[in-house]
Amino acid sequence: MSHAATTLPHGSGAHAAGHHDEHHDDGSKTVVGFWIYLMSDLLIFAVLFATFAVLSNATAGGPTGKELFELPFVLVETMLLLISSFTFGMAMLNMHAGNKGRVIGWLIVTFLFGAGFIGMEIYEFHHLITHGHGPNTSAFLSSFFTLVGTHGLHVSFGLLWIIIMIDLIRRHGLDGINKRRLSCLSLFWHFLDIVWICVFTFVYLMGAI
Amino acid sequence: MAHHTTSAVDHGHGEHDSAHGSLKSYIIGFILSIILTLGSFGLLMVEGVPRNIILPGIIVLCIAQLLVQLVFFLHMGTSKSQRDNLSAFVFAVFVIAIIVVGSLWVLYNMNANMMHPMPGM
Repeated sequence: MSHAATTLPHGSGAHAAGHHDEHHDDGSKTVVGFWIYLMSDLLIFAVLFATFAVLSNATAGGPTGKELFELPFVLVETMLLLISSFTFGMAMLNMHAGNKGRVIGWLIVTFLFGAGFIGMEIYEFHHLITHGHGPNTSAFLSSFFTLVGTHGLHVSFGLLWIIIMIDLIRRHGLDGINKRRLSCLSLFWHFLDIVWICVFTFVYLMGAI
Repeated sequence: MAHHTTSAVDHGHGEHDSAHGSLKSYIIGFILSIILTLGSFGLLMVEGVPRNIILPGIIVLCIAQLLVQLVFFLHMGTSKSQRDNLSAFVFAVFVIAIIVVGSLWVLYNMNANMMHPMPGM
């Protein structure tokens, strides 16, 4: 009986504290947590970049980057991704302004530019493979396909996430949960742009020197 | 209690405004990143650029571009709301530097010190 009497205030105190935290969580913790995930994702890319750097000369008698890469093509890809990053920024500004229709509109524009980027990358991979320069040709091409393909896979999941966000915002509007989700997606999308800057510099441009 | 809640909300609001960026900051970031991208590709695609400045040039432009995107698109800064993100980022960059520089260093030395098979042996 005395045991129950001592635990009761304790339990209710813990409950009140939990409620207090819940009330004050404005979603910033979620965004920080998502940021930590992005940093761990950055480590995956760092390892793939290191692998590529070590193997970039191991062409095993196959073609080198200089022979394979077409810089104007990569420049267009880069521009598509850069523009999509900017249009996502426009979606975020409209989210803070509470303009639901424009958020959806800018998300659709972002999706189209991102899809254009992925379309060009699939074309490039298909072109390389059908011309006999697939990932099994040399260690250089294996690491190239792994690094660029991993980035492409991330962008593809980003595109899927954009579709899901458009549907969620259409159904539930710009409520607190959707704003938090869109903030995470915004970080993810800009993060992929940053990884791509390293890809075009260290893979395509350095390969073409 | 009520006072505490109000001040927390106000505080949160002030932080948000600084961490969101404005139309102006997005446009400046976008124009800068377009210029830096064209600069990087230009070093290789334009005829007559001295060969010895191409590699340092694209690396400098890459770092500048990364900083532009981190500041103008990811709104990274030293404000209080960004401190957690910034410290996580600095730690990640530190680990990445160890992984990438360490891999290149170790494997370059291994490659240089290993006996390569002679053709025809």
